[in-house]
Amino acid sequence: MNISLILQMAADADPDRIAIVCEGRRWSYGELHRAATGAARLFRESGASHVALLDENSAAAAITLFGAAIAGIPYVPLNYRLADVDLSALLARIAPAALVGDTARAERLNPDGGHLFWTRQTLIEQAEARADGPELEESDEPVAVQLFTSGTTGVPKAAVLRHANLLSYILGTVEFMSAEEGEAALVSVPPYHIAGIAALLSSTYAMRRLLLLPAFEPDAWLDLASDEGATHAFVVPTMLARVIAAMEARGGHELTSLRAIAYGGGRMPTELIDRALDLFPEAAFTNAYGLTETSSTIALLGPEEHRAAHRSDDPTVRARLGSVGRPLPTIELEIRDEEGRKLPVGERGEIYVRGDQVSGEYRERSALDAEGWFPTRDAGWLDAEGYLFLAGRADDVIVRGGENISPGEIEDVLMTHPCVADACAVAVPSLEWGEAVGVAIVVRPGHNPASEAELCELIRSRLRSSRVPERISYLEVLPYNEMGKLLRRQVKAHFQG
Amino acid sequence: MKPGTKLKSSVCDTEVMVIRVGEGDIECGGAPMAEERPAERGTVDAAFAEGTKIGKRYVDEAGTIELLCVKAGTGSLALSGTALRAKDAKPLPSSD
Repeated sequence: MNISLILQMAADADPDRIAIVCEGRRWSYGELHRAATGAARLFRESGASHVALLDENSAAAAITLFGAAIAGIPYVPLNYRLADVDLSALLARIAPAALVGDTARAERLNPDGGHLFWTRQTLIEQAEARADGPELEESDEPVAVQLFTSGTTGVPKAAVLRHANLLSYILGTVEFMSAEEGEAALVSVPPYHIAGIAALLSSTYAMRRLLLLPAFEPDAWLDLASDEGATHAFVVPTMLARVIAAMEARGGHELTSLRAIAYGGGRMPTELIDRALDLFPEAAFTNAYGLTETSSTIALLGPEEHRAAHRSDDPTVRARLGSVGRPLPTIELEIRDEEGRKLPVGERGEIYVRGDQVSGEYRERSALDAEGWFPTRDAGWLDAEGYLFLAGRADDVIVRGGENISPGEIEDVLMTHPCVADACAVAVPSLEWGEAVGVAIVVRPGHNPASEAELCELIRSRLRSSRVPERISYLEVLPYNEMGKLLRRQVKAHFQG
Repeated sequence: MKPGTKLKSSVCDTEVMVIRVGEGDIECGGAPMAEERPAERGTVDAAFAEGTKIGKRYVDEAGTIELLCVKAGTGSLALSGTALRAKDAKPLPSSD
């Protein structure tokens, strides 16, 4: 199996249809396939062990991904936002690589790696020049993509996605050539994120035109969306918030073409999604939950479910707007306790998944258990109808005197206070209990901060007394990474420091 | 045979990728499929001439075997003489 099949089928079915619009150039599926084939020749001749990308989104990223697949060399998109010291360590781990993108930086950081370099432009030029030639022999390399985890807990792990995992995900969730002729999907997530890779593969298989924004910026996003008539978009919650703010600054929106908005990658504030549903009354919203190790989406909340929850007065239905929907029919999902026992509906535990799209594998080891289940380290629970609610990372659970406390339940209550704009609960050291609850609060502009006593009383009135924070800290902002992920470790460090 | 194996029709342009492996002979246009095309192309059996469609997945009634059509042709697919049917698509909203 090889993910290059996705592009090959698209190029066979309709070579002249537009695949990618980026930086003023329009690429047809035929042109993209020819360039990827040429790139594969370059990569294979290079003798490299990995094909790396150190660049923003562009057509060159798509050519590199598919070119690596045809060549049968693992594709490793690197996070260009990493500090020099961290990036140089990763470059050494994938040497010798055929590297596309910021060649000057890569050469400076790992001069002895034996890497071969192409810039965005030289790759395209040389790949197109090498498009014709003897047919490349098929490869049996099982690994398609290697993604380094963000490494918040230590040295980044190299998560491995096999061709079989990614193809299973695409074939299970996308119907070939299902996009109508005019559809166009705006992609602004970075290429080193699993959502960026999934977007490329899904859109190519659906034959939906991709509008690639090299790096997210709300005004550029709005301009590209309206100039090219974007019908679909994937955003992380922070992007959506910034797009809405930019739209309002322009005095309304002209995004009449936008019919479907998918989001994921971080916690979506209920207030924000409610607002978006009102602002785009005709748009179909989809919330996707997935991990790198699961080849992207494993659960989703669909458009009808969004609208039903949005207009419902029933608290159970309404609450689903805060869920990530139901597991895909192609995977199995269970909630388990610390001993690995399956938990009943409504009880919080760790999310386990199993299925062909689930890799659960790192270069160093596989995290799958003997029966093929992957412990996600995400905490969550299922409601009676099978809707999945996330409750933070399993590692973020606060253990107070043997009692497990999920930060999410405390944060949800704090967020109901009118003065609270953002909240984060973490474990703080406690002599009496081992761990206790510490809470960081961001006060909404224009509001007076609630007293500690008032916030404690709010928690006590809604949850058990063990949830009442021992320490409260008022911060200007909470730390998030560029994908909108809350960096709890930094909040924890704040209490320890 | 293992999942991912590509098979070609000996009587038309059809090519499939095996998604799920099962017992029996995989045929197209009434003739066995193989990894290599024979030097001389045979003729499509009129009983198996409904054609294949690119991107469609084909299964037997029992669901033991599944093939993805990666190149369309004029023959139709069968497992040991029994016609396969195109699998119904369960559309999911686009999530990425």
